[in-house]
Amino acid sequence: MKVAFTTSGATLEAPFDTRFGRAARFIIFDLDQNSFTVLDNDQNLNAAQGAGIQSAQHVAASGAECLVTGHLGPKAAKVLFAAGIKTYQCDANTVGEALALYRSKALKLMHDADVEGHWV
Amino acid sequence: MIIAVASGKGGTGKTFVSAHLARIISGGATLLDCDVEEPNDHIFIPARTTSSKVVSVEVPEVDSSLCDGCGECSQVCEFNAIAMVAKTPMIFDELCHACGGCVLFCPRKAMHGKKHRIGEVEIGEWEGITLVQGQLDVGVALAVPLIREVKRQLPQGEDHISIVDCPPGTSCPMVWSVSDCDVVVLVTEPTPFGLHDLTLAVDTLREVDIPFGVVINKDGIGDDRVLDYCRQQEIPVLARIPHDRRIATAYARGQLVSDSLLEYRVVFHNLLQAASDLIAKGGSHGKKQG
Repeated sequence: MKVAFTTSGATLEAPFDTRFGRAARFIIFDLDQNSFTVLDNDQNLNAAQGAGIQSAQHVAASGAECLVTGHLGPKAAKVLFAAGIKTYQCDANTVGEALALYRSKALKLMHDADVEGHWV
Repeated sequence: MIIAVASGKGGTGKTFVSAHLARIISGGATLLDCDVEEPNDHIFIPARTTSSKVVSVEVPEVDSSLCDGCGECSQVCEFNAIAMVAKTPMIFDELCHACGGCVLFCPRKAMHGKKHRIGEVEIGEWEGITLVQGQLDVGVALAVPLIREVKRQLPQGEDHISIVDCPPGTSCPMVWSVSDCDVVVLVTEPTPFGLHDLTLAVDTLREVDIPFGVVINKDGIGDDRVLDYCRQQEIPVLARIPHDRRIATAYARGQLVSDSLLEYRVVFHNLLQAASDLIAKGGSHGKKQG
């Protein structure tokens, strides 16, 4: 199973990004293979609006079944939940720490957006 | 003749100048309040509403019996308003700019427009002035289609004078408000903020190629840099309105100062004359920079 993490870097030592829609990259970690790929999110970093919506589609298209991020806006949440992606809230410093927390089942499952959209 | 009243900075006195211009025009005028996010000419021009109209845009709706989930609509959308989830388009009405691209490009013709209300246009009359104002609904970010609808109410005819009270800033709502106007009166104040935003407005108007002049409002506060800038750029200063407590008092009461003080009736008459002279001269864009 694949899990997506929001980050500004490209390694497990890279900072974990608590923003979802405007995270620079996603690390898609494959728990079965114990390896990861890096998904660029540059396009959405600079989107005028709807960054969360596009990022959510991006994560869905990556094949990830779970997402670990800091905060979710209402539109991103709507897309993620419709796509059936389980989203966990985390405030770790690095992606590696976030992964460890995920593996130890210490993260809280999100059932709703926790922040207002930035666009409105 | 259509005179737009604009500024870069908010709070410089666009509504103040617009309402007074409309008031001193003999034989009646049309005043269009294009500041649809917070129209306030009605405070000074207490028009009785004679008609109103709901303004809508067309946002897409999917016929799921025709949609095969190809995702073309989501690809076409420049505004990220359509997400594809499990091969089904999810539409965010509030992000849609009603461009119609998704409807046009859908290979299965599965998308059609549905009306989405964005606000209202109200038309009213008061002492010879026809006031047209747009009022955007709370939470709606799409000012331009409403501004266009307000401007559709512009009367035809060379003899009639219309005043267009524009929204602040220099983005699309301002550009749509000034477009097709004969001249733009840029209201500024002699402060660093006033000057900074004036330069942005000047650059914008040179780009859209409409003649303009400057009104220095609250003259006496701040410094001479606005005046120096206008001289250096060869931009005509059409009027200087002093920072006068009597204006502030009247304004705070929702009154037109030209009704009580003759000297200000003269100021606005002269401004109207200066603006029409600018049109007659074939317009001025001041000196180009660089």
